[in-house]
Parts: sequence; C-alpha cells; structure tokens
Amino acid sequence: MSEQDPRLLLQPAPLLQQGMTTPQAMKDVWIALAPATLFGIWHFGISSLLVIITTIIGAMITEWAFTPPEKRGHVMGDWSGALTGLLLALTLPPGLPLWMAFLGGAVSTGLGKVMWGGLGNNIFNPALVGRAFLLATFPIVMTTWHGSVDSFFTIHPSNLAMPLMQSATDAVSQATPLGLLKFQQSATATGSLLLGTTTGSLGETSALLLLLGGIFLILRRDIDWRIPVAIFITAALFSAIINSFDAVKYPSPLFTLFSGGMMLGALFMAPDPVTSPLTPRGAIIFGVGIGLLVVLIRVWGGLPEGVMYAILLMNAATPLIDRATQPRVFGRGRPRE
Amino acid sequence: MNKINRKLWKYHGGLHLEEHKSISTGQQSALLPLPKRLTIPMQQHIGEAAHPIVDVGDKVLKGEMIAEASGKVSAPIHAPTSGTIVEIAALPVPHPSELNVLTIVLESDGQDQWCERYPIENYRHASSEQLRERIHDAGIVGLGGAGFPSYIKLNPGQHFAIETLILNGAECEPYITCDDQLMRERPEAILNGARIMRHALHAKRCIIAIEDNKPDAFSALNNALSQSGQNDIELVMVPTLYPTGGERQLIKVLTGKEPPSQGRTLDIGIICHNVATAAAVADAIIDGTPLISRIVTITGEAISTPQNIIAPVGAPIEELLDFAGRESGVNTQLIMGGPMMGVSLSNTNLPIVKTSNCFLLQPAEPTKPESPCIRCGECARVCPAELLPQQLYWHSRAKEFEKVQEYNLFDCIECGCCSWVCPSNIPLVHYYRFAKTEVWAQEREKEGANIARRRHEFRLERQEKVEREKAERMRKKKAMLKDKEGAKDDTAKKAAIQAAMDRAKAKREANQVDSTISASDSQPKSEL
Repeated sequence: MSEQDPRLLLQPAPLLQQGMTTPQAMKDVWIALAPATLFGIWHFGISSLLVIITTIIGAMITEWAFTPPEKRGHVMGDWSGALTGLLLALTLPPGLPLWMAFLGGAVSTGLGKVMWGGLGNNIFNPALVGRAFLLATFPIVMTTWHGSVDSFFTIHPSNLAMPLMQSATDAVSQATPLGLLKFQQSATATGSLLLGTTTGSLGETSALLLLLGGIFLILRRDIDWRIPVAIFITAALFSAIINSFDAVKYPSPLFTLFSGGMMLGALFMAPDPVTSPLTPRGAIIFGVGIGLLVVLIRVWGGLPEGVMYAILLMNAATPLIDRATQPRVFGRGRPRE
Repeated sequence: MNKINRKLWKYHGGLHLEEHKSISTGQQSALLPLPKRLTIPMQQHIGEAAHPIVDVGDKVLKGEMIAEASGKVSAPIHAPTSGTIVEIAALPVPHPSELNVLTIVLESDGQDQWCERYPIENYRHASSEQLRERIHDAGIVGLGGAGFPSYIKLNPGQHFAIETLILNGAECEPYITCDDQLMRERPEAILNGARIMRHALHAKRCIIAIEDNKPDAFSALNNALSQSGQNDIELVMVPTLYPTGGERQLIKVLTGKEPPSQGRTLDIGIICHNVATAAAVADAIIDGTPLISRIVTITGEAISTPQNIIAPVGAPIEELLDFAGRESGVNTQLIMGGPMMGVSLSNTNLPIVKTSNCFLLQPAEPTKPESPCIRCGECARVCPAELLPQQLYWHSRAKEFEKVQEYNLFDCIECGCCSWVCPSNIPLVHYYRFAKTEVWAQEREKEGANIARRRHEFRLERQEKVEREKAERMRKKKAMLKDKEGAKDDTAKKAAIQAAMDRAKAKREANQVDSTISASDSQPKSEL
C-alpha cells in the first residue's frame, strides 16, 4: 500500500462506522454496577472489598494464562475478564475465604469462558459458572452469611482461612431474607430489601441501586429490556398466584422481585448478550423461563435461592430458542402492514 | 396535493446516517473537458461482454456503435466522441479485484463530431417493441449502479401485467448526489423518460420516489410536471432512511408489498428503474442519443471542490479527480460508489463506466481492529431484510454453508447496515460475500460432478450392454452347435469318431471366425 503512488488504502465497505464499541459497552456495565458495589462494600465492610479484588485477580490471571500470547493484549484490553470477576464477587458471601474467591474467579473465566473459545463463545454465564462451582464444592461456607459490620475495617477471620484446611466457622450464620422465609416463614420488609440493609451476597442486597444501574443499561441500549421485564412480570405474576393460596408460606410478588439475587441476575446476568437469545421473541421466552424457574426453585426446591440455576438452565436453552424464533425474512410469507 | 397525504409503509431496520450530500450540490454539474484518450471497457453491464465491431485504425464518429451486444443479456457500446481506435486489448477496469477486460481505446480527434441520429418523432405512436429495440440499441443499462440492461426490464412478457412503474430517485447512500443533481437540472428528461417507459410497459401508474432530504429535486420535478400540463406521474417524498433506495425496500415503502424472496419485482406487478436511466431513455428516444456519458459525483473529504461532473464513458477517473481538485499530502482511499456499499479501488487511472455514479476520495483511515462478537443483536435490529446477521456471520465463519442458507443468506442485499452498527467492528458483509461465492462455487462443482457422474454411468451401461450382447451371441452359437450334435446319429463308432474330428475342426474354425467377428464387432461400438 505504501509503495503505491498515489497511495490508496483498500478496505471492505461499509467505510462508515457508528461510535459504539464492545469495550465501551463493557465500561457501561462497570458504571452501572458501581453504586451497588460501593454500597455492598460499605455495608459488609472491607472483607467484601477483599473478596471482590481477589475474584477479579483470579479471573484475570486465568484468562491471561490460558490465552495465546499473541492475543493477550487484545483479550485483556476489553476488561471483560475483570467484569466476570466482579459479577462473581457480587454473588458471594462477604466472609468467603479468599482462596476460594480466587479459585471461583479462576473457574469462572477458565471453565466459563476461555475453554469455550473466549469472549462471545461461551454458552453459560461465566460468573454463574464460577458461583455454581463454588456452591457445589464448598456448600457450607457458601451459605454462611455475615450481616452488616460494626466497623468498616473488620476483616472476618474466615476470609483469611488457609487453603484446603477445615475453616472454623467463626460466626453464627445469619439467615438471608430468602432463608428466613423458606425456613422460618418470616418475610422481610420491602423497604429494607430495596435499601439493601439485609444479609446476603455482597452485591445483591440493594435492589434499588441495582435497578438504577439496570435502567441505565437499558437506556444506553446495552441490554435488551425484554429480558428483565419478562423475568420480573413472570416471577411477580407467579408468586402473586401462589401467594394468594398461602400468604405466609409463599412469597409476595414484591418480595420475589426485591429479594436475593433477583435484581442482580435479571438485570446484569440474564441479559448478558453472549448467553441470551438474539431474537425479540426469543428474549421474551428466555425471560419468562427464568421468571418461572426462579419461583419454582425458591419455593419448591431444596435451596432458598434459585436465580443462578434458573439463568444457567435457560442459558442452555438459548441456541434452541434462537433457532425456533427466527424472524420472518423480508419477502417471505405474508407481510403484515 | 396527493403527494403529501399519501400513505407510506415502513420496512424493518434501516439507519439514519449522516448525509454529507450538501458538499457536492453547491454548483451546477460541470462538463468535463474532453479527454484525449478514452478507454472503453466491453463489460459495463451485467451479462455478456459486448463484442467489438471496429478495428484498430478505424475512425469513428460520436455516438457510433463500436461494440455490439452478444446474447440476450448484454448491451452495445458506442463511441463517446469522434476519433480513432488506437488499441483493442484487455485493460484494467474499475473492479475491486483489478480485473482486466477487453477494452477499446479511442483517441479523440477533438472535433466531437456526431454521427447521424434517428430520433423517434412521437413515442406514443411507437410500439413497445420499437421502443425496446431503440433502448437496447442505445446501450442503456441501469444507471443506479447495477447495470442490468434496461430493455429487459421493459419487457415483462405476456404473463405479467404491470401495475406500477417506480422511478427510484431515493439515492439513500451518503455523499452521492448525481441523481439529486440530475433531477434538479433535467427534470423534463426524467419525466419524458418516465412516460416513454410507462408507454412501453403499459403500466397503469408511474411513481417517482425521492427521499425527503432532496426538496430541491422534488420541487424541480414538481414544477416540470405542472409545466408539462399533465398530471400523469405521482411524485412521492419518502422518509430519508438508509437503505430506502434499495429496490425492494422502496417498493415496500411505497406500496406495502414485498417482492417475494428470490423472486422478481415483476411477480407483484412492479418495475423499478433509476431516474438517471429514465433520462437516458428520453435522450435515446427523443434525441436518438445513445448512452455515452453520465453524471458522476466526485466528492469526499480529500476533494477540494466536491461536485458533479458530466463525463464521457471511458474518461479516466484521474481526470475527474483532478478537475474537482485533490487535497495534496494526504493518504487517501478511493471508493467507487457510496461509503456503505462501494468498493475500494487501488488505482485512479481507470475509466468511468456507465454504472459509475460516484467516486469518493477520503483520507485513509484504517478500520478499527475487529473484536469478538458478543451477540449484542444490534445487527438484527437494523437488518432491512429481517435476517439474523449474527447467525449468518457465525456460520459463514465456520464455513457451514448449509446452515448459512438455512438462515437465508441469499436474502441479504449487502447494504452494510449490520457492519455499520457492529460494536466489535466485524466486517460482516465481507463474510456474507465470502459465503455466497463459496456456495456458488460448490454449486458449480456439484453441477460439474453431476455431469461427470452421468457420463460415467452412461459409459458403464454401454459397456455392460456390449458385454451382454457378446455373451448372448456366444450362447446362441453354442446352442446351435449342440443342436447339430444332437441331430447326428452315433450308430457307427467310426462315423462317430470321424464326426467328432470334423466337429472339433469345425469348432476350431468357428471359434476363429467368432473371435474375429466379435473383435471386429466390438471395436467400433466401444468407440461410440
């Protein structure tokens, strides 16, 4: 090209491009998650910050190590690995031993992403793969919940447990709102669910801040609004129906929406474009499926929380949904006016 | 006016693009000073290349036919000016792969002397056949960019009644303004061309569609229409949206109908022509002028005075660029066509052809690096063909060509909307073009393999038949001999021995004869 005179550059059309880029979309997600994350750190203390940093490091190191050297600069440059680490951390209990957090981060990018061929090729949400791994491997610590801390600088001794040693549970686990409802039939007030002053995973408690972040992403067109809306409507309707049979035993619609990982999952994990359907109709089917599964698992399953499995199961169905909901092609079939 | 309250439809997707059109519409179209040397490729249209009917050294007049159409889908080519044929050879043409095509080189004598022209006095008294023949002989092809011989699109055949003739003046790609300028400067020619085409097609109605970012073109046509005293053509302003200028998209916007996928617009009683083609038709019928020049937009950020230039076919792009002035000292890229669907050229020393609507000279800006697809689905949201571009990309990349066709690859019009929105900067259209050519290549291969297989099967069958016939003959002969044997009586031993000896002798002879027969017999057959 440079030898030619006049110098003319050859490239395929179109030569115009819009401004939005993938790394920019990732940046939007960071911005959207910031308020809820900062609240989580303030609420659960410095322990939670340590967990977040550790999972991000675990996720990034693994991605770096398993990416061919010539692609590293490009792959690490989009910050998607770090985002996976952050999303995983937000679903973890604040008192989790750090070595487990590191391992979880490593599994989320290693097994959840790199192994499938890197960004864009994975079937399951990487952060949830990491969480599913941790929950299956360390069920007790993964369900040991610490409440709000008295001092911001309190580090839970369990955070510093040595790898593979029996970690002494240092504190009595406090029940999450979901656990309270499931095992003690006591519902938490919607106000504290919205504000996030409850027990739970370190980034999932503040429903309000997560909702704001999600709205930001929808307005920026980073996610398909159909997915969270379908999840919310389905889950709320379903719980309204069962709640009308037994208001003590079954969750109310508001409780369903604002408790547990619902907001985090429905706004930040289910709409992950890589693992959700492309077609508008597909997005709705996907959301309805998650909404139904969340309530089913929460109410009739063995665990109090079901968001993670609901999303992972629907992730598996995504290719099928996409194939079944192909849009009508221009000039085929009867056009509707 | 009915033009404003008309009901319009919408197609799926599309883009609002920055237009960059006003930079080249500031002045009247200029006439390019006659180039000394015109290189006129024989392939300026879709179909068979034209066949030269002149020799080196011949003197030709302006408008004289220098190459005739070869076959049905082809178009003749005429001398754009008077002069001498100096060379007939394969030379590079404006094509992305730097193809060489048989080209006639004409050296101008500077006289620009016309040949005898034969206008049709009143087209209303001419038959469709006459008009079509004239349009064919004038070498008119679709000037919107595709270059399909126009006379074919004026010949719907007996089975199709044409409801609507649409003249496409949408010109939806950014930067291009040659149709806009033509509509402003020669509205009468366009209206006359529309009437001639309509007459040839027996179309019930005729619509000229213009995007609403060209109000001057619209009012020019509107004035010309009211001055003509006839109200036989509907002028319709359509909303500016890329790619409304696509034939199928425009038909949807105007009529709500969708031409069937893989079918023709003819199937729903509609024919579309470009406005510039209409003007060329008017010139051919009313003035008897063949298609030898066209209006070309020379524009872009690396051009000092972007403008439209009327240039003869065969003029070097270089001269047009210099005429409009090139910014010096910048690395540039030259695009033929618009920025969305155009192709990059590696050389400015290539000729203008009948389909050259625009040359865009831009500062060279390499595209941003490609990153992985995150399935954001933006491409599906903007696709005017309502495809799933992401899935097409996926399967094209994996070379799963059956899957690509399941996702309707061949409904893709390559408008580039998907590539434009792609946040990962993936050159999606490039993948589809690749997949399309691969599928075509596979089909050709399959076709070839089928022919070979049929040939092979036929040969086997023939050989078997020869074998069968041979065996049959042997069997008959044996049976005959057996019969003879049975007829003889074995009363006397001696006689029997004698007979056996005779038989053996006879058999030997017979075998000899037989083998020579079969040898001479089978020889010519195997050559069949």
